[in-house]
Amino acid sequence: MSSVLYDTPGPRAKRRNILYSVVFLVAAAAVAWWVLSQLSDKNQLDWEKWKPFFTDSRSWTTYLWPGLENTLKAAAISMVIALPLGAFFGIARLSDHLSVRIPSTAVVEFFRAIPVLILMIFANAAYSQFSNLSSDERPLYAVVTGLVLYNSSVLAEVVRSGIQALPKGQSEAAYAIGLRKGQTMRSILLPQSVTAMLPAIVSQLVVILKDTALGSIITYPELLAAIRPMSAAYGANTIACFTIVAVIYVIVNFTLTTFASWLEKRLRRGKKSTGAVLSAAPTPDGAAV
Amino acid sequence: MFDFLEGYDLLGAFWVTVQLTALSAVGSLIWGTLLAGMRVGPVPLLRGFGTAYVNVVRNIPLVVIIVFTSLGLYQTLGVSLGSDIVNTTNFRLAVLGLVAYTSAFVCEALRSGINTVPVGQAEAARALGLSFGQVLTLVVLPQAFRSVVGPLTSVLIALTKNTTVASAIGVAEAAALMKDMIENEAQLILISAVFAFGFVCLTLPTGLILGWVGKKAAVKR
Amino acid sequence: MKRRKVTAAASVALALAVTATACGGSKNDNGSSGGKKITIGIKFDQPGLGQKTPDGTYTGFDVDVATYVAKQLGYKASDIQWKEAKSADRETMLQRGDVDFIAATYSITPEREKKVDFAGPYLLAHQDVLVRADDNSIKSAKDLNSKKLCSVTGSTSAQNIRDTLAPKAQLQNYGGYSECLTGLENKAIDALTTDDSILAGYAAQSAFKGKFKLAGLKMTNENYGIGVKKGSPLKAKINKALEKMVADKSWQKAVEANFGPANYQYEPAPKIGNVVK
Repeated sequence: MSSVLYDTPGPRAKRRNILYSVVFLVAAAAVAWWVLSQLSDKNQLDWEKWKPFFTDSRSWTTYLWPGLENTLKAAAISMVIALPLGAFFGIARLSDHLSVRIPSTAVVEFFRAIPVLILMIFANAAYSQFSNLSSDERPLYAVVTGLVLYNSSVLAEVVRSGIQALPKGQSEAAYAIGLRKGQTMRSILLPQSVTAMLPAIVSQLVVILKDTALGSIITYPELLAAIRPMSAAYGANTIACFTIVAVIYVIVNFTLTTFASWLEKRLRRGKKSTGAVLSAAPTPDGAAV
Repeated sequence: MFDFLEGYDLLGAFWVTVQLTALSAVGSLIWGTLLAGMRVGPVPLLRGFGTAYVNVVRNIPLVVIIVFTSLGLYQTLGVSLGSDIVNTTNFRLAVLGLVAYTSAFVCEALRSGINTVPVGQAEAARALGLSFGQVLTLVVLPQAFRSVVGPLTSVLIALTKNTTVASAIGVAEAAALMKDMIENEAQLILISAVFAFGFVCLTLPTGLILGWVGKKAAVKR
Repeated sequence: MKRRKVTAAASVALALAVTATACGGSKNDNGSSGGKKITIGIKFDQPGLGQKTPDGTYTGFDVDVATYVAKQLGYKASDIQWKEAKSADRETMLQRGDVDFIAATYSITPEREKKVDFAGPYLLAHQDVLVRADDNSIKSAKDLNSKKLCSVTGSTSAQNIRDTLAPKAQLQNYGGYSECLTGLENKAIDALTTDDSILAGYAAQSAFKGKFKLAGLKMTNENYGIGVKKGSPLKAKINKALEKMVADKSWQKAVEANFGPANYQYEPAPKIGNVVK
């Protein structure tokens, strides 16, 4: 293990590292001990409260799976709608015509500037006032609307930078052999940039998945919202429910994140590609910079 | 036309949003830098901790973290963060949750910034006999920070928007007020437009100003 | 070749995600007997009144009342489709005809009567506070001024506290009542406020047995009615059913079964049409 930032540890540095490790371990153990003893004081570690997740399959079939299904459903629908919409706006922003470029830039920048939660609250209220959706369907529509509005503008930026990341020679060569702008975009730039954008798109899926949890605030019955009826049914094991739900989120999202960075590495190694690969590195709102 | 605003403290709500943003920004910059230091540092245990922290935290929805600070830390563990007033405690808990979440992204941005600093810089610093701490704080981080103003701006803008999630534990910021107003007033479109405008006012200038700063600050290579 | 493999992997992942959700989407009613159905709106998360159990069945006083009424209207228990009626959605659900009637801690108020009709009332509840069993410091609404109260964002109970009952009380608002219970148990919060019938349901949960009690403040009158669409002929039929429920002691049995364990001093069965102001 070597790094440019520090020398390979000699005997003294090794001793010091061990000292730091021990100090950190002691501190971490102290915190953990305090948390656990507080929790057990408050009866939160009672087997009663955790048992349902391990011995009662109904806790999964009645509460957690349906919640997770709704989470995945909202995320998948949003992604499927947001991707083409994002591609459209991303390409529109690259247009040579001011009349196309300016409105699309305005739309993208506007929806990137507004919190998803605000968009969801608005969509939920708007659907209940101006539409005929039933109360079961409305929250899903509102969640998807919020996510699509926001994420299509983020994906527009991904698409735009994906296309811009291609070497200039690609489009120049295309023009040189007589292709038109539309043809260049369709048959030269887009196919190549799609592979370049894949990691960033998969990471954006993680962002969408996490944001579906905001749906619980507007009463969409997703995974986080499953906690309330579940803890009411199992005698207020709120902490246990929260922990299980958090673990589920981490597992699902970690799988996606790992897939994204595997994809990125894979693409960067690939010899045939143009070498332009958009990073899967996440920002809190997923906007590729 | 705007008489529906009467009786609501719109500026107050946005002021809470600004405060949440500013305090969380400072906090996550500090904690995020420490995390980045751990992740590139020589102590394997700390490296492992930093990696685990980032991978866990950035994969949990922010709402879960924020609600957990209230239900877990405050209600169950009794951590009230030095205040006896419910609203103050909630505000501080929200800042804590936002810092915990955002610092994972600050850490990742900084780490990629550290990677842009030429290897020769650190090698030269080590050749001079500087320790890891000195290499990091005197040579590498100052250059890294200058190259990540852009990514950090994205993080800051995301943070501004993420403060809306604090409404989940009853912090009276903009989104909470908006929900309240929509329930009690009829002008849905106008109300939403006002709040959308408020957030555009907060985030767009931030992006523009820091974008300019980023260009100025970037190390020309 | 390599690139094609990666693209293939990505499309497989996407296909998986789509099919997974497609499976999730197609969970319809369990399609039992082909007879006529009735759809009833209830709460899903309020123990003692309307709660979805882990088996996917429903229990609570509202559920018992609704089942009895449905039976009188000629529907078997298996003909009932339960639907969650969240507080904010109730009027819209009735107006749109999503449900035939709603029994979901639905207080009769003049504003609501403009939009929907109410049968009943079938229970008289009061806004009250739930406190720890050893806490005797709350004797009237005024005592709440120095306390930390927990309620649900946007609920009428929270508004009552803020506007008239105890304006100086500190209010902690969450998305649901169950969140308040943890804090109440651990003394981060002094009291949880809403209708006493709802509070009784929480106090009766086995995990909280003996830990909480109702302060018995009776701060407001909440007449629970069964909501129907404006002008619906169901109203008269439901009223008749409710009268019968009280007369044949089924009402009493339901109240005892659902509120008994909580030591809840429920009011006697209200007279149909008699809304207590």
